[in-house]
Amino acid sequence: MRQDWVYRLSPLRKLFVALALCLAMFGLFISQHPAGFSSNVLNTAANKGALLGLVAMAQTVPVLTAGLDLSVGMVFVLSNCLASSLLAGSSSATALGVLAVLATGLCCGALNGAVVVLGRLQPIIATLATGAIYHGLALWLRPEPGGEVNEDFADFITGSFAGGVPFSLVLLAGVLLLVWLPYRLSVAGRAAYAIGSSEQAAHMSGVPVARAKFLAYVLAGLLASVAGLLLTCLTYSGEANAALGGSYTLNSIAAVVIGGTSLFGGSGGAVGSVVGAFVLRTIGDLLFVFDMDPMWQPLFLGVVLIISVGLGSFRLLRSKNRLELYR
Amino acid sequence: MTAMLFRMQGVSKRYGGVRALTDAHLECERGRIHAVLGENGAGKSTLIKVMAGVVTPDAGTLELAGKPLATGNPAAASQAGIVTVFQELSLLPDLSVADNIAITHPPTRFGLIDGRAQRRLAEWALSRVGASDIHPLAPVGDLPLSRRQLVEIAKALARRPKLLILDEATSALAAADVANVLRVLRELRDEGLAIVYITHRMHEIAELADDCSIYRNGRHVSTFAASSKSPTEIIEMMIGREYSNVFPPRPEPKPARAAALRVQKLSWAGRLEGIDFEVRPGEVVGIGGLEGQGQRELLLALFGALNGVRGLVEVNGRQVSLSSPRTALLEGGIALIPEDRKTEGLMLRMSVRDNLSFAAIDQFSRFGLIDRKAEEAALSRMLELLQIRSDGFDQPVASLSGGNQQKVVIGKWLMTGPRIILLNDPTRGIDVGTKQELYRLVRKLADADAAILFYSTDYDELIGCSDRVLILYEGAIVRELEGNELSERNIVASSHNLTVDEAGNVS
Amino acid sequence: MMARVAASLRRIDKAVLVASGCSVALLAGGALYEPNLLSADYLLQQLQVASFLGVMATGLLLVVLLGHIDLSLPWVVTIGGMMSTSAAGWGALGSALAIPFAVLCGLGIGVVNGVGVAYLRVPSMIFTLGMNAIAQGLMVVHTSGFAPQDHASPAMHFVAVERSILGIPNALWIWLAVAGLTVTLLTRTAFGRRVYAIGNSERAAFLSRVNVKGVVLICFAISGACSAFAGALLAGYSTKAYQAMGDPYLLPAITAVVLGGTSILGGRGTYLGTMSGVIVVTLLSSILSIVQIPEAGRQIIYGVVIIVMLLVYGRGEQVAG
Repeated sequence: MRQDWVYRLSPLRKLFVALALCLAMFGLFISQHPAGFSSNVLNTAANKGALLGLVAMAQTVPVLTAGLDLSVGMVFVLSNCLASSLLAGSSSATALGVLAVLATGLCCGALNGAVVVLGRLQPIIATLATGAIYHGLALWLRPEPGGEVNEDFADFITGSFAGGVPFSLVLLAGVLLLVWLPYRLSVAGRAAYAIGSSEQAAHMSGVPVARAKFLAYVLAGLLASVAGLLLTCLTYSGEANAALGGSYTLNSIAAVVIGGTSLFGGSGGAVGSVVGAFVLRTIGDLLFVFDMDPMWQPLFLGVVLIISVGLGSFRLLRSKNRLELYR
Repeated sequence: MTAMLFRMQGVSKRYGGVRALTDAHLECERGRIHAVLGENGAGKSTLIKVMAGVVTPDAGTLELAGKPLATGNPAAASQAGIVTVFQELSLLPDLSVADNIAITHPPTRFGLIDGRAQRRLAEWALSRVGASDIHPLAPVGDLPLSRRQLVEIAKALARRPKLLILDEATSALAAADVANVLRVLRELRDEGLAIVYITHRMHEIAELADDCSIYRNGRHVSTFAASSKSPTEIIEMMIGREYSNVFPPRPEPKPARAAALRVQKLSWAGRLEGIDFEVRPGEVVGIGGLEGQGQRELLLALFGALNGVRGLVEVNGRQVSLSSPRTALLEGGIALIPEDRKTEGLMLRMSVRDNLSFAAIDQFSRFGLIDRKAEEAALSRMLELLQIRSDGFDQPVASLSGGNQQKVVIGKWLMTGPRIILLNDPTRGIDVGTKQELYRLVRKLADADAAILFYSTDYDELIGCSDRVLILYEGAIVRELEGNELSERNIVASSHNLTVDEAGNVS
Repeated sequence: MMARVAASLRRIDKAVLVASGCSVALLAGGALYEPNLLSADYLLQQLQVASFLGVMATGLLLVVLLGHIDLSLPWVVTIGGMMSTSAAGWGALGSALAIPFAVLCGLGIGVVNGVGVAYLRVPSMIFTLGMNAIAQGLMVVHTSGFAPQDHASPAMHFVAVERSILGIPNALWIWLAVAGLTVTLLTRTAFGRRVYAIGNSERAAFLSRVNVKGVVLICFAISGACSAFAGALLAGYSTKAYQAMGDPYLLPAITAVVLGGTSILGGRGTYLGTMSGVIVVTLLSSILSIVQIPEAGRQIIYGVVIIVMLLVYGRGEQVAG
């Protein structure tokens, strides 16, 4: 009988590949950067990566249930607009503001969950529609870009610790350890994987499908709002930017896939999605460092995305049984 | 302690216009195995689902250990100790065996799932069903079907049921595993567990059941002690009419003709090793052997569904390329009735008509456009020939019973006028009445000069339908049985790569 | 035969009914605010605008019926617009071939999509997302990031803007012609049956000797061609192409297909439904902008209306029972 470790490491294969790719790219970036491995460079990269990383984490949870959340980008933007009004004033006011933004994220997620679970609508179209609603709310809060933010708070969030470790990375790690890990090991988390693997079998096995799905979307909303908070701290303002929201949504899907989570549900995880997010972000950085016009970015992004998923597909293609190719 | 553990009375359920159950009742005692029998559509599935709380009955009561049980509430049934092993596996392919076994009530510690306790539970449950060789951390999707069914049973046992319901729980198991499971069930019964057991296999009833109940058309027909009636009597009660010869008679041996299908040195990926055989037109050649010895792969290979097949395949003297099912059909006139009709044979949401005409649709197309009249005419002929029973042929094919669904699958291929017909365990999960119709159909097709390759896991069927039988062992043909040699004992022996001499000694 | 037609009518009726009903309700509601809404002029203009979305939704429908999705729509539309205007700038021959050239480019992207999804088995959502980015990259490089200066050819303008026959916009005639072809393809050909079959069960279709890869490839190719064609039409309508001109159309196209009764999982849906969906989506955006609610309110109403319509029409397949 095979050893335990074979089984434990096997599902992490895709994650390791993504991680290797990420480290290679980042290493290349650092080596070519004029300022080298300095605190500033690390900080900027970390902040940008963490933004997408958090949104990618948000996207991961519904994807595990074989669903999708096309509104994460808009929740992200909405949280940004809300935070730009609430994260001002004294520390206690700021703290309350943070809680209010998180609560809003939860509510958005709850609405998504309600429409998908209670309304029994397909997630793609349901979250497309709710995304429009969140966009509208964001516009209502911030018809014009603006706002003010408690500067001490913002600087702390986007700054680095003494050793040069960016706080945003600590935040990311913190969310992974304190939110994702407990979720994954909980009954609700395992239920999410079960639902993605086979919703019918999960139902027959008494898994609380409705509750777990609902929770998945709520969690997505929460994580997207954390990303919105981070954005507000970075830009010191709020903007109801639909294009930004849309691009974050699509990039989050790409990050999730690069990180090894299957769009069909049932396998993968948030750690991979964070790695995938950093892979995507580093592309832009690499272009900058090699003195290429940023207009090449979409092209490279697309190529990296296709190659990384294509590699995963090659394994399937080598299968000797043609029948296995068809679901 | 009351002897009667479970009692169900007056249960009725309608689905639209169809009465699935009318005034059904069932009683089960502790320490007894109660077999439930009936054709497809007799209401057994609905009965089980009502007991498990998955389906809410329109009328009727359930009672467990003297206390009334809420209907339509799977959680309540589960709490009360009713555990069901359904026919459709309820396993999650991406999760590990241990995760699956503990999925319903995972052991927790501080609110999180306790992996170690879960693993201990899984190891205990697996050893209970005699499957200790399955690693608890293996993803269930990687296991072959028969192992998965064992995991399903282990999962049920892990819930420490008071009443265990098994719906065709052995249908996918290899013979050795079946013996194991039957033994475990007997042990559990002796320990005081109440078991309700649904099966189509007569010899399992003989080995297992204490009591039998028969259902027909949603109504209870009779309950009796298992040993008190003969298999023939039981079958007659199930189908409601006299039960005569199951298998159509074999025809007179024909003069030898050139082979319709000739296979030489067929090999594939270590699962098929140098297979040589011939099938003449009008012959029904059976394929037997233990499960997983390459039978399924052989049929798939001949149909063009496998990559990298080596060897020679000739139809009527001309070589056929096996690059895809399309070429298999176009070049060789080869048709395959696949193993799983629901996922491989039918498009469930499409209508009966659309499914039937699907493979042959090009025959009715001119310049790409479909000639509806020609299609209709051909469809009517096929529906007539196969006697397919349905509420309406524009209904989705999912609404048909298993037997009628299988007829649609067969009809779909017959419409293409195949010369070689491959049948992959066609009567699995099909009621007795339809089975007989299928046997007659197979013989009729052979008489019309088709060459038929018939894989079955049922010995009686294999013997009754085939002119000769090829036994596969580890991907190669080890024995060919014909005439007097074609007996169950020989099949069993050859399946294990042994021979039985005239004195009945095995070597 | 009549029974079959009646049966299929009964099945699709609901989506078309609801969508048409909504269109009527929208017009009625809008007319309370602005009576001009019910004029032939306005209606025809809406249908003209709807035609562009309609052509895009055609290709998308085919892909969705297979159980896939085409997220490369935005930039293939832009490619269509930019390539046709570029070609128009190459002299008389270029001008004449502007539209076919654009369609060919879209077809090419569609074929790459098809190869990736059908042959490399990459999930369509991801592959077309990647192709969208690549298409964007190609166009940005082609124009060096600036807005393209070329103008649409007279032919493009003629097709997109003029009303030559019976005062009905040419674009609408084009959409109707595309509709006719698509309906025939889906309901009267073996190819159409195969599309539905693959959407129902790819595996069963494969074992029923369908050339699954080929059918998927062709559908993605058609989708690319349709998107590019629509892009050329759009460029003809505005006389120029511009960066990201296709971006605003992805979500409305998906919405239109789904509101028309097509299941996003594949295997179920009709072109008539999609047409109704396109009209509803077009009317909704148009009327919301006429009624002069601020953008914030418009977005919220748009989202709510879609959810309500979907709840009324049909829910996803139930899992239990």
